[in-house]
Amino acid sequence: MYRNMLRIRRFEERLAEESARGNIPGLLHLYVGEEAVAVGACSTLRKDDYITSTHRGHGHCIAKGGDLRKMMAELFGKETGYCKGRGGSMHIAAPEIGIVGCSGIAGAGIPIAAGVGLSSKLRRTDQICVSFFGDGASNTGAFHEGMNLASLWELPVVYVLENNLYAISTPAARSSKMKNISDRAAAYGMRSAVADGMDVLSVYDAVLEAVERARKGQGPTLVECKTYRFRGHHEGDPKKGEIYRTKQEMDEWEKRDPIIRLGEKMIKEHKAAQAELDAINQETMKEIEDAVAFAKQSPSPKPEDATTYLFAS
Amino acid sequence: MSETRELDFAEAIREAIRQEMLRDKTLILMGEDVGKFGGIFGCTKGLQAEFGEERIRDTPISETAIVGASIGAAITGMHCIAELEFMDFIGCPMDQIFNQMAKIRYMFGGSMKVPVVLRAPAGSRYPVACGGAHHTQSLEAWFMHVPGLKVVTPSMPYDAKGLLINAIRCEDPVLFVEHKLLYYAKRMASLRGPYPTLIQKVPEESYVIPFGKADIKRPGEDITVVATMMMVHKALRVAEELAKKGISMEVIDPRTLVPLDKQTIVESVKKTGKVVVASEDAKTAGVGAEIAAMIMEEAFDYLDAPVKRVSGLDVPIPYAPILESTVVPQEKHIREGVLEVLAQKE
Repeated sequence: MYRNMLRIRRFEERLAEESARGNIPGLLHLYVGEEAVAVGACSTLRKDDYITSTHRGHGHCIAKGGDLRKMMAELFGKETGYCKGRGGSMHIAAPEIGIVGCSGIAGAGIPIAAGVGLSSKLRRTDQICVSFFGDGASNTGAFHEGMNLASLWELPVVYVLENNLYAISTPAARSSKMKNISDRAAAYGMRSAVADGMDVLSVYDAVLEAVERARKGQGPTLVECKTYRFRGHHEGDPKKGEIYRTKQEMDEWEKRDPIIRLGEKMIKEHKAAQAELDAINQETMKEIEDAVAFAKQSPSPKPEDATTYLFAS
Repeated sequence: MSETRELDFAEAIREAIRQEMLRDKTLILMGEDVGKFGGIFGCTKGLQAEFGEERIRDTPISETAIVGASIGAAITGMHCIAELEFMDFIGCPMDQIFNQMAKIRYMFGGSMKVPVVLRAPAGSRYPVACGGAHHTQSLEAWFMHVPGLKVVTPSMPYDAKGLLINAIRCEDPVLFVEHKLLYYAKRMASLRGPYPTLIQKVPEESYVIPFGKADIKRPGEDITVVATMMMVHKALRVAEELAKKGISMEVIDPRTLVPLDKQTIVESVKKTGKVVVASEDAKTAGVGAEIAAMIMEEAFDYLDAPVKRVSGLDVPIPYAPILESTVVPQEKHIREGVLEVLAQKE
């Protein structure tokens, strides 16, 4: 889990650099600070389980087993990317490892995840679907309809709500009266849980319980993970969002960095030595370097192929 | 032995769904009131009794969830028919249709298929029932503008069965538009007189009609009328009347708007040199606009007169019958349009 969180962090830090150098053609919504949620949740899953993801989806995809080369190539807009350069940062899918799509529309994955769960149920497999979305998406109609349907039909879905406190610039408290958004689950007859989204083990425990219930046919759960993004809504958000949040608040949350926390915990509990963590960091940096080199060397899609993949037949 | 019975449009739809449910165990159908109630227009009558609640699924009034869940199931191994009660409700799940269902295959680089058929009852029921602004519209043109969707608009029971079976077997998302007035043929004797083509002999066995193949419903020499859904039946009646005046009208039903069979239309235009496009949707940026523009691009040199659109007026559908029949094109509008293009007076 430490390695995967670090892989996400380093991947995205490199993305920010490449973006600043003009190598990334599109917008980036970075996940820095929220890594514990994706890694904690996806660590409970099997390869053949599913996830739906969001505009801020790099972390989910890496945590679910995404290949860094194919991800980097997609972000560079190359033919060798997961979606052959047709998708980009907000639209990565890799059905072979259960990533059935990231959506640029807040909340859109919530009803789709219900359908994925329905499919597992009807095909009599025990695959489950984890659907990631943010506090902003929880105010969409799609949230209401999708949650209600998943609960009504007792579908094997775990809804993981990443409450990072801001929908772009609007504080969650200005979007909803709910202190815990997950209390809304009661309105659908659904179980809920709250996890510390800055602690990968807290997320893991809460999601694991939900996953086990879902796998046993006991229906969906809404797990709210309290988290924080350290960077702006997107790269280019002035002063990492200091216009709408205080420096003090940002500093407080950064003290709870989930990667540093887990590292310190492991060292304190003698589960890892600093040298081991440093080695993981070195290996990760090499992996990122390799992914960037792969992306840079990869061919762009051909203009004459602009309409391929529109229809299957 | 193939037995050929006379079916109306709703019966043809039901038979197509039933036969595909028997053939394809991954096929499910979901929508509002589709179970015991049999669907608001009876198209799923008896199907839940035969195939069970698991495969014929009643849903809450949640069009976003109906379409979204159909997409989710379809991208993970199922085939889905999603039913809307009225096409007018299609604004509710719009994001799922145009941003998700239509784009998933392309934006994910061809890595997933989305075999969803979204059935949408459209159109004016004048003179059977007045639906007003929220139960009467023909919105198919919106979806011709969305790359990634196939848009199917059958007019007759035979076509409906073959096209729906093709839609279900198709691995792409299909918007299957069903004109509501077509459903009423067996219940309303008053419709069968003027529009005998509402009921047809339909083979009992399963068959497929490919997309992108228009059907010439009536061959003619003097003018081409490209008509969709209920307008096909109206155009055929006009053709019958005008034949008495010595006018030979060719009636073409594209049957699918995406993909559009340009070739059949263009060949007809080359022959007649005159075209009317008759569709029920609002005129501006509508079905007629797209087909007329295509004809201008592909067959301008063969035209003897400007292409005429006979379409709905650009207003919401009003309730009062006298207003509805003014706003939604009727036979007299087709007749006037044809005579105008032919530069003939009544």
